[in-house]
Amino acid sequence: MADRIKLQVARYRPEQESEVTYDEFEVPCPKDWVVLDGLNHVKDQLDGTLAYRWSCRMGICGSCGMMVNGEPKLTCATFLSEYAPGPIRVEPLRNFPVIRDLIVDIGDFMRKLVTVKPWIVRDEERPLSAGEYRQTPQEMDEYKQYSMCINCMLCYSACPIYGLDPKFLGPAAIALAQRYNLDNRDQGAGARMDVLSAHEGIWGCTFVGECTKVCPKHVDPAGSIQRYKLTAALESMKSFFLPRGT
Amino acid sequence: MRADTQSNQAHVYTDYHPRWLRQRVSTYWWLEKPAYFAFILRESTCLFVAWFAIYLLLLINAVADGPAAYQAFMAWSATPWMILLNAVSFALLVFHAITFFDAAPQALVVHLGRTRVPGPLVLLGHYAAWIAASAAVVWLLVRGS
Repeated sequence: MADRIKLQVARYRPEQESEVTYDEFEVPCPKDWVVLDGLNHVKDQLDGTLAYRWSCRMGICGSCGMMVNGEPKLTCATFLSEYAPGPIRVEPLRNFPVIRDLIVDIGDFMRKLVTVKPWIVRDEERPLSAGEYRQTPQEMDEYKQYSMCINCMLCYSACPIYGLDPKFLGPAAIALAQRYNLDNRDQGAGARMDVLSAHEGIWGCTFVGECTKVCPKHVDPAGSIQRYKLTAALESMKSFFLPRGT
Repeated sequence: MRADTQSNQAHVYTDYHPRWLRQRVSTYWWLEKPAYFAFILRESTCLFVAWFAIYLLLLINAVADGPAAYQAFMAWSATPWMILLNAVSFALLVFHAITFFDAAPQALVVHLGRTRVPGPLVLLGHYAAWIAASAAVVWLLVRGS
């Protein structure tokens, strides 16, 4: 196996250029190096001006998502040796505006995320003296998968619908809404429904299914959206046949 | 006016309002990945599902109009290009049904009591319903002849 590999890294320096260009760097390729190690090597040894985000380097913080050879990946969990003999093309996440080099603006997702109230909503909080909200393992299993989301936004990058229509609420925001909707301690499903069942909510999704394929935490956002479509359809049938107050 | 100024000066940049790069999605995005293409193929096969629905309505209409109309419909259906269209439609209809069923376990979470029915069983249920419906149709046809 080659002991070095070429990285073709997308560069965008707004003060100098108005388009993406590519810089090529040769980096060591030991079998335990991931793409992020390669980028860190570039930054340390070859070109200190390279800009990219990273933090935990262990698949938890969700900061280091980038396109690796055209696929959205966490660069901390993508080994260089998988792409030998290379070259490996590293680009900023698709479907987001690029600020610099490999850094994208994530403001759109952050603004959408709060609209689905991703926290436990209670009609009335119990007093502290009443103790914790208890839950059985089965009740926890209902939402646990969705709670694994790390907001890395690989799913938004894989979603052609989001690329074509940036108003679409998107996979992770809907999966996180479902994480709370399916939690038996939560009472906010009604409050989330307007945003979720809007045209730009679940109905924007045409079930391409790529969000689920690229998810590094096996959250299955596509499944969560289709499940909610069923819930929303049943709710609208119910409100049609059994209008409240009559 | 401002937009014109910006396009003339390609590298307008200030510390507080940097120029973000927004890349447009290509019209041919669905050719970029095999998975995207499979998705477009799955969605477009619904046109052939619609064709079979129309074909069935035409058949019912011909039957209602009496034996002469029915014979004319059968003769029309036996023309080579109609056979070709229906053969292609049938193949794509099967593709549509299979891909639709494949997607079902992801969308349909079924509980029996407290346990969650595993995905493959939900899929099996769909195929069982398909076979049962087909068997019922075959029975109707065989009984009639």
